[in-house]
Amino acid sequence: MYAFLWRHLPGPVYVKVLVALIVAAVIVVLLFGWIFPWVEPLMPFSGNTVSQ
Amino acid sequence: MWAERTRTTIRSLGEILITLGVVLFLFCAYQLFYTNVVADEAMKSEVSDLHKQWAEPPAARSAAPAADPFDTADSQGHSGTAFAILHIPRLGDKSIPVLQGTTLDLLGRGVGHYKDSALPGQIGNFAVAGHRKTHGEPFRYLDEMRAGDLIVVETAQTWYTYREDRDPFIVEPTDLGVVAPVPNEPGEKPSQKLITLTTCNPWWASTQRMIVIGTLIAERPRAQGEPPALTVNAPKFQ
Repeated sequence: MYAFLWRHLPGPVYVKVLVALIVAAVIVVLLFGWIFPWVEPLMPFSGNTVSQ
Repeated sequence: MWAERTRTTIRSLGEILITLGVVLFLFCAYQLFYTNVVADEAMKSEVSDLHKQWAEPPAARSAAPAADPFDTADSQGHSGTAFAILHIPRLGDKSIPVLQGTTLDLLGRGVGHYKDSALPGQIGNFAVAGHRKTHGEPFRYLDEMRAGDLIVVETAQTWYTYREDRDPFIVEPTDLGVVAPVPNEPGEKPSQKLITLTTCNPWWASTQRMIVIGTLIAERPRAQGEPPALTVNAPKFQ
Protein backbone atom coordinates (compact mmCIF):
# COMPACT_ATOMS: atom_id res chain seq x y z
CA MET A 1 0.00 0.00 0.00
CA TYR A 2 2.63 2.53 1.03
CA ALA A 3 4.92 1.38 -1.82
CA PHE A 4 2.02 2.03 -4.22
CA LEU A 5 1.41 5.50 -2.76
CA TRP A 6 5.12 6.30 -2.87
CA ARG A 7 5.30 5.38 -6.55
CA HIS A 8 2.40 7.71 -7.32
CA LEU A 9 3.75 10.74 -5.47
CA PRO A 10 5.07 13.27 -8.01
CA GLY A 11 8.54 14.73 -8.37
CA PRO A 12 11.99 13.96 -6.96
CA VAL A 13 12.51 12.29 -3.59
CA TYR A 14 12.57 15.46 -1.49
CA VAL A 15 9.23 16.59 -2.98
CA LYS A 16 7.78 13.14 -2.30
CA VAL A 17 8.92 13.31 1.34
CA LEU A 18 7.48 16.81 1.70
CA VAL A 19 4.12 15.85 0.18
CA ALA A 20 3.94 12.69 2.32
CA LEU A 21 4.63 14.67 5.51
CA ILE A 22 2.01 17.28 4.63
CA VAL A 23 -0.59 14.59 3.90
CA ALA A 24 0.21 12.84 7.19
CA ALA A 25 -0.12 16.14 9.09
CA VAL A 26 -3.48 16.86 7.46
CA ILE A 27 -4.71 13.39 8.44
CA VAL A 28 -3.64 13.92 12.08
CA VAL A 29 -5.42 17.30 12.16
CA LEU A 30 -8.57 15.68 10.74
CA LEU A 31 -8.39 12.91 13.35
CA PHE A 32 -7.92 15.26 16.33
CA GLY A 33 -10.28 17.94 15.14
CA TRP A 34 -13.21 15.95 13.80
CA ILE A 35 -12.98 12.18 13.77
CA PHE A 36 -11.92 11.55 17.40
CA PRO A 37 -14.47 14.02 18.85
CA TRP A 38 -17.11 12.25 16.77
CA VAL A 39 -16.05 8.75 17.87
CA GLU A 40 -15.62 9.65 21.54
CA PRO A 41 -19.29 9.78 22.66
CA LEU A 42 -19.78 6.34 21.06
CA MET A 43 -17.21 4.89 23.47
CA PRO A 44 -18.48 3.44 26.74
CA PHE A 45 -16.29 5.47 29.09
CA SER A 46 -17.56 9.01 29.26
CA GLY A 47 -20.78 8.92 31.30
CA ASN A 48 -20.78 11.29 34.27
CA THR A 49 -24.44 11.96 34.82
CA VAL A 50 -27.19 9.93 36.36
CA SER A 51 -29.96 9.36 33.87
CA GLN A 52 -32.48 6.80 32.78
CA MET B 1 3.55 -13.76 -10.64
CA TRP B 2 1.15 -15.50 -8.24
CA ALA B 3 3.72 -15.50 -5.46
CA GLU B 4 4.48 -11.84 -6.13
CA ARG B 5 0.80 -10.91 -5.86
CA THR B 6 0.37 -12.86 -2.61
CA ARG B 7 3.37 -11.10 -1.14
CA THR B 8 1.94 -7.69 -2.09
CA THR B 9 -1.43 -8.56 -0.57
CA ILE B 10 0.10 -9.75 2.71
CA ARG B 11 2.38 -6.73 2.88
CA SER B 12 -0.55 -4.37 2.33
CA LEU B 13 -2.55 -6.14 5.02
CA GLY B 14 0.35 -5.71 7.44
CA GLU B 15 0.65 -2.03 6.55
CA ILE B 16 -3.06 -1.48 7.13
CA LEU B 17 -2.85 -3.16 10.55
CA ILE B 18 0.17 -1.04 11.50
CA THR B 19 -1.72 2.07 10.36
CA LEU B 20 -4.72 1.10 12.51
CA GLY B 21 -2.37 0.63 15.46
CA VAL B 22 -0.95 4.11 14.95
CA VAL B 23 -4.47 5.57 14.76
CA LEU B 24 -5.43 3.84 18.02
CA PHE B 25 -2.27 5.19 19.63
CA LEU B 26 -3.21 8.68 18.44
CA PHE B 27 -6.70 8.21 19.91
CA CYS B 28 -5.14 7.41 23.29
CA ALA B 29 -2.97 10.53 23.00
CA TYR B 30 -6.10 12.52 22.15
CA GLN B 31 -8.00 11.20 25.18
CA LEU B 32 -5.16 11.35 27.68
CA PHE B 33 -3.53 14.66 26.79
CA TYR B 34 -5.24 16.65 24.08
CA THR B 35 -8.72 16.76 25.65
CA ASN B 36 -7.19 18.01 28.91
CA VAL B 37 -5.24 20.76 27.17
CA VAL B 38 -8.33 21.93 25.30
CA ALA B 39 -10.62 21.69 28.35
CA ASP B 40 -8.18 23.50 30.68
CA GLU B 41 -8.01 26.38 28.23
CA ALA B 42 -11.80 26.44 27.84
CA MET B 43 -12.35 26.39 31.63
CA LYS B 44 -9.88 29.22 32.16
CA SER B 45 -11.60 31.36 29.55
CA GLU B 46 -15.08 30.58 31.00
CA VAL B 47 -13.87 31.60 34.47
CA SER B 48 -12.24 34.81 33.26
CA ASP B 49 -15.36 35.67 31.22
CA LEU B 50 -17.51 35.20 34.33
CA HIS B 51 -15.20 37.38 36.44
CA LYS B 52 -15.27 40.05 33.75
CA GLN B 53 -19.06 39.87 33.52
CA TRP B 54 -19.49 40.05 37.32
CA ALA B 55 -17.09 42.97 37.60
CA GLU B 56 -19.23 45.08 35.27
CA PRO B 57 -21.46 47.63 36.98
CA PRO B 58 -25.06 46.36 37.34
CA ALA B 59 -26.30 48.97 34.84
CA ALA B 60 -24.12 47.56 32.09
CA ARG B 61 -25.31 44.08 32.96
CA SER B 62 -28.99 44.94 32.66
CA ALA B 63 -28.26 46.44 29.26
CA ALA B 64 -27.30 42.92 28.14
CA PRO B 65 -30.09 40.76 29.54
CA ALA B 66 -28.92 37.72 27.57
CA ALA B 67 -26.02 37.48 30.00
CA ASP B 68 -28.34 36.07 32.67
CA PRO B 69 -28.59 32.34 31.97
CA PHE B 70 -31.90 32.01 33.80
CA ASP B 71 -33.73 34.94 32.35
CA THR B 72 -36.21 32.83 30.44
CA ALA B 73 -39.87 32.13 30.96
CA ASP B 74 -39.42 28.48 31.90
CA SER B 75 -36.44 29.25 34.17
CA GLN B 76 -34.55 26.41 32.52
CA GLY B 77 -31.86 28.76 31.25
CA HIS B 78 -29.87 28.81 28.08
CA SER B 79 -27.98 25.61 27.70
CA GLY B 80 -24.24 26.05 27.79
CA THR B 81 -24.06 29.35 29.65
CA ALA B 82 -21.65 29.49 32.58
CA PHE B 83 -23.25 31.02 35.69
CA ALA B 84 -21.17 29.98 38.70
CA ILE B 85 -17.68 28.88 39.74
CA LEU B 86 -17.03 25.83 41.89
CA HIS B 87 -14.12 25.78 44.36
CA ILE B 88 -13.17 22.58 46.17
CA PRO B 89 -10.21 23.33 48.46
CA ARG B 90 -9.53 19.61 49.01
CA LEU B 91 -8.87 19.14 45.29
CA GLY B 92 -6.64 22.19 44.86
CA ASP B 93 -7.00 25.82 43.84
CA LYS B 94 -8.66 25.15 40.51
CA SER B 95 -11.68 27.30 39.65
CA ILE B 96 -14.23 25.16 37.86
CA PRO B 97 -16.93 26.93 35.82
CA VAL B 98 -20.48 25.59 36.19
CA LEU B 99 -22.45 25.53 32.93
CA GLN B 100 -26.16 25.11 32.46
CA GLY B 101 -26.87 21.58 31.18
CA THR B 102 -25.07 18.25 31.35
CA THR B 103 -24.51 17.21 27.74
CA LEU B 104 -21.07 15.84 26.89
CA ASP B 105 -20.03 18.79 24.73
CA LEU B 106 -20.62 21.12 27.69
CA LEU B 107 -18.66 18.99 30.15
CA GLY B 108 -15.51 19.75 28.16
CA ARG B 109 -15.77 23.41 29.27
CA GLY B 110 -16.54 22.94 32.95
CA VAL B 111 -18.96 20.99 35.07
CA GLY B 112 -22.63 20.79 34.15
CA HIS B 113 -25.66 21.81 36.20
CA TYR B 114 -28.58 19.36 36.01
CA LYS B 115 -31.13 21.63 34.37
CA ASP B 116 -34.05 20.70 36.58
CA SER B 117 -32.15 20.91 39.86
CA ALA B 118 -32.06 23.93 42.17
CA LEU B 119 -29.73 26.91 41.75
CA PRO B 120 -26.90 27.47 44.23
CA GLY B 121 -28.20 28.61 47.62
CA GLN B 122 -31.81 27.76 46.80
CA ILE B 123 -33.91 25.30 48.76
CA GLY B 124 -33.55 21.97 46.99
CA ASN B 125 -30.62 20.16 45.47
CA PHE B 126 -27.97 21.99 43.42
CA ALA B 127 -26.74 19.05 41.32
CA VAL B 128 -23.64 19.13 39.13
CA ALA B 129 -21.91 16.56 36.89
CA GLY B 130 -18.24 16.55 35.90
CA HIS B 131 -15.61 14.44 34.20
CA ARG B 132 -13.58 12.02 36.30
CA LYS B 133 -11.05 11.42 33.52
CA THR B 134 -10.22 13.30 30.28
CA HIS B 135 -11.56 16.75 29.27
CA GLY B 136 -9.94 18.62 32.14
CA GLU B 137 -10.95 15.91 34.63
CA PRO B 138 -12.28 18.37 37.28
CA PHE B 139 -13.52 15.55 39.52
CA ARG B 140 -10.52 13.26 39.03
CA TYR B 141 -9.80 12.91 42.75
CA LEU B 142 -13.38 13.16 44.01
CA ASP B 143 -12.82 9.88 45.89
CA GLU B 144 -10.29 11.71 48.10
CA MET B 145 -12.97 13.99 49.55
CA ARG B 146 -14.11 13.33 53.10
CA ALA B 147 -17.13 14.16 55.22
CA GLY B 148 -16.73 17.71 56.55
CA ASP B 149 -14.84 19.02 53.50
CA LEU B 150 -16.04 22.39 52.27
CA ILE B 151 -17.33 23.13 48.77
CA VAL B 152 -17.66 26.78 47.73
CA VAL B 153 -19.90 28.02 44.94
CA GLU B 154 -19.23 31.53 43.66
CA THR B 155 -22.04 33.35 41.86
CA ALA B 156 -22.60 36.88 40.58
CA GLN B 157 -23.81 38.10 44.01
CA THR B 158 -22.88 35.52 46.60
CA TRP B 159 -20.40 32.98 47.93
CA TYR B 160 -22.17 29.81 49.07
CA THR B 161 -20.29 27.40 51.33
CA TYR B 162 -21.49 23.82 51.55
CA ARG B 163 -20.16 21.14 53.91
CA GLU B 164 -19.87 17.55 52.73
CA ASP B 165 -22.27 15.33 54.66
CA ARG B 166 -20.61 11.95 54.18
CA ASP B 167 -17.72 10.30 52.37
CA PRO B 168 -18.17 9.81 48.61
CA PHE B 169 -20.39 6.87 47.73
CA ILE B 170 -21.21 4.80 44.67
CA VAL B 171 -24.56 4.40 42.93
CA GLU B 172 -25.87 2.88 39.73
CA PRO B 173 -25.84 5.15 36.63
CA THR B 174 -29.64 5.01 36.56
CA ASP B 175 -30.07 6.15 40.18
CA LEU B 176 -31.86 9.44 39.46
CA GLY B 177 -32.78 9.70 43.15
CA VAL B 178 -29.44 11.30 44.04
CA VAL B 179 -30.24 14.45 42.08
CA ALA B 180 -33.86 14.74 43.31
CA PRO B 181 -34.72 17.86 45.39
CA VAL B 182 -34.88 15.54 48.40
CA PRO B 183 -32.30 12.83 47.58
CA ASN B 184 -33.84 9.39 47.15
CA GLU B 185 -37.34 10.72 47.71
CA PRO B 186 -38.41 12.04 44.30
CA GLY B 187 -41.52 14.18 44.50
CA GLU B 188 -41.00 15.17 48.15
CA LYS B 189 -41.04 18.89 48.91
CA PRO B 190 -37.50 20.02 49.83
CA SER B 191 -36.70 21.99 52.96
CA GLN B 192 -32.90 21.84 52.92
CA LYS B 193 -30.30 23.52 50.71
CA LEU B 194 -28.14 20.72 49.31
CA ILE B 195 -25.36 20.24 46.78
CA THR B 196 -24.71 17.02 44.85
CA LEU B 197 -21.66 16.28 42.69
CA THR B 198 -21.80 13.31 40.30
CA THR B 199 -19.00 11.78 38.24
CA CYS B 200 -18.15 8.42 36.72
CA ASN B 201 -16.57 5.53 38.55
CA PRO B 202 -14.18 3.76 38.24
CA TRP B 203 -11.56 5.71 36.27
CA TRP B 204 -11.76 4.96 32.54
CA ALA B 205 -15.14 3.29 32.84
CA SER B 206 -18.63 4.48 33.46
CA THR B 207 -20.26 1.44 34.95
CA GLN B 208 -21.06 3.33 38.17
CA ARG B 209 -21.43 6.89 39.45
CA MET B 210 -19.56 8.45 42.37
CA ILE B 211 -21.59 10.90 44.45
CA VAL B 212 -20.65 13.64 46.92
CA ILE B 213 -23.42 15.38 48.85
CA GLY B 214 -23.31 18.43 51.10
CA THR B 215 -25.48 20.96 52.92
CA LEU B 216 -25.32 24.76 52.79
CA ILE B 217 -23.69 26.13 55.94
CA ALA B 218 -22.89 29.74 55.04
CA GLU B 219 -23.69 32.54 52.60
CA ARG B 220 -21.61 35.65 52.10
CA PRO B 221 -22.16 38.60 49.79
CA ARG B 222 -19.62 38.76 47.02
CA ALA B 223 -18.56 42.25 48.05
CA GLN B 224 -17.20 40.91 51.37
CA GLY B 225 -14.52 38.90 49.60
CA GLU B 226 -13.63 35.23 49.66
CA PRO B 227 -15.25 33.10 52.38
CA PRO B 228 -13.09 31.55 55.14
CA ALA B 229 -13.28 28.18 53.39
CA LEU B 230 -10.99 29.53 50.67
CA THR B 231 -8.68 31.66 52.80
CA VAL B 232 -7.85 29.23 55.64
CA ASN B 233 -5.40 26.48 54.89
CA ALA B 234 -7.82 23.64 54.23
CA PRO B 235 -6.63 20.02 54.15
CA LYS B 236 -5.48 19.33 50.62
CA PHE B 237 -5.04 16.29 48.53
CA GLN B 238 -1.90 15.94 46.32
